[in-house]
Amino acid sequence: MTSESPTAAVLKIQMRGVYKAFDATTVLDGINLDVATGNVIALIGASGSGKSTLLRCVNLLEPVDDGEIFFDGVDIAEPGLDPDPIRRRIGMVFQSFNLFPHMSVTDNVAIGPRKVLGVSKSQARSDGLEMLTRLGLGERADAYPDQLSGGQQQRVAIARSLAMNPEVMLLDEITSALDPELVGEVLDVIRGLKEAGMTMLFATHEMAFAREISDTVCFLHKGRILEEGPPDQIFGDPREPRTKAFLQRVTDAGRL
Amino acid sequence: MTVPPLTRRAVYEQKQRRRAMVIATVSTTIALVAVVVLIPLTPGWEKVKKSFFDADIFVESFPGLLDAFLLDLKILFVSTPLILIVALLIALARGARRPAMFPLKAFAVIYTDVLRGIPVILLVFLIGFGVPALGLSRELSNPVIWGTVTLVLSYSAYVSEVMRAGIDSVHESQRAAARSLGMTGHQTMSAVVLPQAFRRIVPPLMNSFVSLQKDVALVSLIGPVEILRQAGIDKAKTANFTPYVAAAVIFLALTIPFTRLADWALARQRRRTGATTIA
Ligand SMILES: Nc1ncnc2c1ncn2[C@@H]1O[C@H](COP(=O)(O)OP(=O)(O)OP(=O)(O)O)[C@@H](O)[C@H]1O
Ligand SMILES: [Mg+2]
Repeated sequence: MTSESPTAAVLKIQMRGVYKAFDATTVLDGINLDVATGNVIALIGASGSGKSTLLRCVNLLEPVDDGEIFFDGVDIAEPGLDPDPIRRRIGMVFQSFNLFPHMSVTDNVAIGPRKVLGVSKSQARSDGLEMLTRLGLGERADAYPDQLSGGQQQRVAIARSLAMNPEVMLLDEITSALDPELVGEVLDVIRGLKEAGMTMLFATHEMAFAREISDTVCFLHKGRILEEGPPDQIFGDPREPRTKAFLQRVTDAGRL
Repeated sequence: MTVPPLTRRAVYEQKQRRRAMVIATVSTTIALVAVVVLIPLTPGWEKVKKSFFDADIFVESFPGLLDAFLLDLKILFVSTPLILIVALLIALARGARRPAMFPLKAFAVIYTDVLRGIPVILLVFLIGFGVPALGLSRELSNPVIWGTVTLVLSYSAYVSEVMRAGIDSVHESQRAAARSLGMTGHQTMSAVVLPQAFRRIVPPLMNSFVSLQKDVALVSLIGPVEILRQAGIDKAKTANFTPYVAAAVIFLALTIPFTRLADWALARQRRRTGATTIA
């Protein structure tokens, strides 16, 4: 049995009281979050505040302990639900790229459509090449992941997700593992996705980028969304003392 | 047309290579001369030469041994794929997480524990003599079959542990990436985890394969006339150990090229995935 959310139509994702613990440690402590179609939501917060876990729960890589996550109005947090059909509609990009090292770049991008969508090998590879070309990687299509720079690898990882035609993209600190001069090329890709109207939920330490690109910023603290609002308000006029303190620390560290 | 000038490093490396070549040649020559000159000076050499290195007996027994070796090869080529398949199934069963798979998992644990714990030679005796004693039909009493089965049982238990270690060595984040694309557990295992695991376990698998090439000879203990037994027969006939030396040469002719091939394949694999070796 899956329950229907009343406001299903407008919202792509709706989280209600999402709770998640690892053993005795509560990591998500009642998350409520609405993501409208085409919206870009930034998750900020200290290390360990639960950003990655929240993203992994949306993609069902971590089972949710309690609460509901409506995806297109269908509760996907339902225990025992088959996660595969959901995951193929949600793209995820990881901090550490996680490319498949034994496959060429093109095959990395083609594997999802081939295995999951049943696209023929040649079709998947030519689609993959097209996607790579769009992200400026056409020339490296036959390379293996560890022959690429970090920025290129991360763009391949984005291409791999996009090849599945996802309805939502989850991005988990996708520039944290990159040298500063490589961050820009990856962020450019994300800007392009926003222009194309992609719904995105992303965790980041790049405050300037969060401010520039998101429609809503959520400040996470100890597994709760402590403050949520438009970027100009959160960064310019934070209401919660903890948000202020966090942003102050970030500013002091020279990241804003 | 201009010849590209040699870089400083190229000049240096060329010099190093020449030097290494000279050293290797000189030291090899010295070692060989020492062996060839010094060993014949030992007091028992004449006797050893006669009973181990008799050229006539070598030539005479060689074709028969080669013929007998065909049986070893047959056993080897039948058992190798079976070992890989059984080992993979056992490794996968051990890693199963679903509760319905529990009996299989338990079976896999017992299988590896028991079969790895018994020396191959003992297992050959137990199965080779034990199973035919059940009074099976003539074809099923063939010791070659039970010898092969024994090798498969023993080696698959060992190889399955190697495979399991290989599977476990693939980082969880690879699984997460595959699953996030919507791939099922099986697709993730077959397209992402196993190919990486196999590349990592090639060297230990090659070692097992070389051991297997040699352990095939244990099958002779329960009757079949393969190379070791044939060498024993020849030895008894000629009252000379040369047939054993000939058998050893035949084994080496198989194992050495194979070991080289394995090294080459591994080096090529490394180059292809771009990893540079650090001096
Ligand atoms: N698999 C796990 N098992 C146990 N604890 C975990 C696991 N994954 C995460 N945690 C814990 O959950 C908490 C939140 O982790 P999470 O990775 O979601 O934080 P984060 O906000 O993404 O941090 P960072 O900014 O460092 O990436 C941390 O205390 C972490 O130790
Ligand atoms: Mg994180």
